[in-house]
Amino acid sequence: MKFDHIIIRYGEISTKKRNRKAFVAKMRRHILWSLKDIPNIELTANRERMYIILHDADHKEVIARLQGVFGIQSLSPALKVERDIEKIKEAALYYMNQLSDPVHTFKITTKRADKEFPYVTNEVNHLLGGHLLRNIDGLKVDVKNPDFNLLVEIRREAVYLTGEIVPGAGGLPYGSSGKAMLMLSGGIDSPVAGYLSMKRGLEVEAIHFYSPPFTSERSRQKVLDLAAKLAEVTGSFKVHIVPFTDIQVLIQKQVPDNYSMTTTRRLMLRLADQIRERNHALAIITGESLGQVASQTMSSMFAINEVTNTPILRPLIAMDKLEIIDLAQKLDTFEISNLPYEDCCTVFTPASPKTQPKREKVNYYESFVEFEPLIEKAIQNIETITVVPNQQTIEKEMEELF
Amino acid sequence: MIYLDNSATTKPYPEVIESFVKVSTDYFGNPSSLHGIGTQAEKLLSTARKQIADLLKVKSAEVFFTSGGTEGNNLAIKGAALANQNRGKHIITTSIEHPSVMEAFQVLSEQGFAVTYLPVDATGRVSVVDLEKALREDTILVSIMHVNNEVGSIQPIAEIGELLKHYPQILFHVDHVQGIGKVDLSLADAGIDLCTISGHKLHGLKGTGVLYIRQGVRIAPLFSGGNQESQFRSGTENVAGIVALAKAMRISLTNCMLYTHKLKEIRTVFYHGLQEIDGVQVNSPVDGAPHIINFSVPGLKSEVLLHELETEGVYVSTTSACSSKKRTASKTVLEMYRNQERAESVIRISTSFHNEIEEAKQAIDAIGRAVAKLEKVMR
Repeated sequence: MKFDHIIIRYGEISTKKRNRKAFVAKMRRHILWSLKDIPNIELTANRERMYIILHDADHKEVIARLQGVFGIQSLSPALKVERDIEKIKEAALYYMNQLSDPVHTFKITTKRADKEFPYVTNEVNHLLGGHLLRNIDGLKVDVKNPDFNLLVEIRREAVYLTGEIVPGAGGLPYGSSGKAMLMLSGGIDSPVAGYLSMKRGLEVEAIHFYSPPFTSERSRQKVLDLAAKLAEVTGSFKVHIVPFTDIQVLIQKQVPDNYSMTTTRRLMLRLADQIRERNHALAIITGESLGQVASQTMSSMFAINEVTNTPILRPLIAMDKLEIIDLAQKLDTFEISNLPYEDCCTVFTPASPKTQPKREKVNYYESFVEFEPLIEKAIQNIETITVVPNQQTIEKEMEELF
Repeated sequence: MIYLDNSATTKPYPEVIESFVKVSTDYFGNPSSLHGIGTQAEKLLSTARKQIADLLKVKSAEVFFTSGGTEGNNLAIKGAALANQNRGKHIITTSIEHPSVMEAFQVLSEQGFAVTYLPVDATGRVSVVDLEKALREDTILVSIMHVNNEVGSIQPIAEIGELLKHYPQILFHVDHVQGIGKVDLSLADAGIDLCTISGHKLHGLKGTGVLYIRQGVRIAPLFSGGNQESQFRSGTENVAGIVALAKAMRISLTNCMLYTHKLKEIRTVFYHGLQEIDGVQVNSPVDGAPHIINFSVPGLKSEVLLHELETEGVYVSTTSACSSKKRTASKTVLEMYRNQERAESVIRISTSFHNEIEEAKQAIDAIGRAVAKLEKVMR
């Protein structure tokens, strides 16, 4: 016996009315992509659910992959059997035996849509329950609060068994909310912010500010490795690497120490906004969390945000550091982020950056400096890299060594 | 030349040596250096770690590089025992382990650890029931080899792992040096916490090895120093050797999938051929690893037979290479058969994917001639 299909329940999509079709189509594309190398998979959909027809595919592998697809509320493996009570008994036992979590108590819920089936609902419950109790040691019936509820649906064409509910990733289908640019630093926060945005249906590309020789090849690699983790969601992830050295050096020279950090952030944001426009995105995502560092105080954000009226999305704004670390660990990005290389934010950090900068002051200091030509030059020299999951970013020559 | 001493060491694959030379020449940087040359070396190191992790189906962060089997076994056993001695001082191993395990346990017993040595039956296997009986409240470590290096018996690692899953306080170490690339073993499914692998037993280079340390397991380091390898194994990494190891492991594990049946056929030829020679007793169990056949010719000194075979171009070994200079009886064979004479006249044949059935037949003929000749002279 083998599981023949998987039921996919929509999450929030089911609350959409006229737009539902578009959401479902996006999710369908994502599902097909995530299962693309599994042969003979079939996908059908109706208003409330999708069904994966497995044919010979391993249901555990398929479920594991679908758990990464946004928009899916939950998944259930299901069995389709003939309308024969012996076959149903056999299937019920099989279903119980493959459950990964230990089950001590159970109940059976039968729905008899086909009233011509020779046994009534209660009879089916008793027959199946008795069969399970005889064949599984230590199992008990508990109709009020069972560990597991086996659902049996008797229809004219066949009988369906299901009941195990595997949680999905939730959120909205990838790409259903439009596109945004993520400011990816190499720290712990920004990859998490990127992931959470993707979960809300945003298509995300990253912007990274690179300041050689102040920051090394390794910090650049670190960012690409983080991007490769995010790429696991959708198969590829774009990173725009912005040469930032000249601008940082100029700020260092021209802006007083305690305001250099504010100006740096403002310029990053100006650059990010231009890149966003060129890539037809509608928002900028940052990993900011309120009060975490000097640039993330309310006054700082107020001073920095002055340079654009593009929505700045801050998915982590109200989260504590430990909560963010927890998520980073789940995403497998924590270890990469924790590598101790200098990045553009750490090299030039002044000894005591202003935590309560004033807009007037920062505008005054910046008014003496001509940043435009440097911004133009940085934009022209952006390097765009598309990373894929598990990418070995080593050169051809090195590759042959393995 | 018919080389039948692959359990002592294997001939490195030519492409493995190519990698070693190229890395030593072109990417000689110290992976801990911050400059570009160091970065390149570090990239090679992390790529090798990832490749090995993928081959073993574990995480990169669980792969630690060592200088080989002896260091891996010492680090695992002493490291685990010392780091966990506050929870208990009872440790368990078998009576047929490799000297690098035996001696490590010896040292620990001198430091106040209580050691239980599990016996083996006539097929060279320990019993899971014996192990369960030996477990105590204060047991902190069980170390059992996967494939015995002398006779090729395969220990029931998966069953032992299953049993030990009920004792989360006990660490499970497996010496996988002879098993890898020959007999399948899933580190994750078997619940293994620590696992030793050596590079030169799978056509890599001497001085390279891997210790798998499951995430979350803490062990005490043997070396103090620069805190390389997440502080478990200080010392500048042997980048060229490690890259060579990653390549050797990839090729060997592919060969394992493709050619194990060939090893098994060769083994069958030896198994039956040897039994037909007068005076020869085969020591290896029927269902042992596909690359090791051990036999005795009671009354004949094994070293004499070894040299006689050498004159015919057939290279074998007496017991394991690591014990062969001590002129003692094979401990494993003694444990299995309780027969001193049998244990003192042991010859081990160990094959690799490079051997052919034809070679096995020639070797059998040579053994037959040598035994007949020597028996005439010596008796």
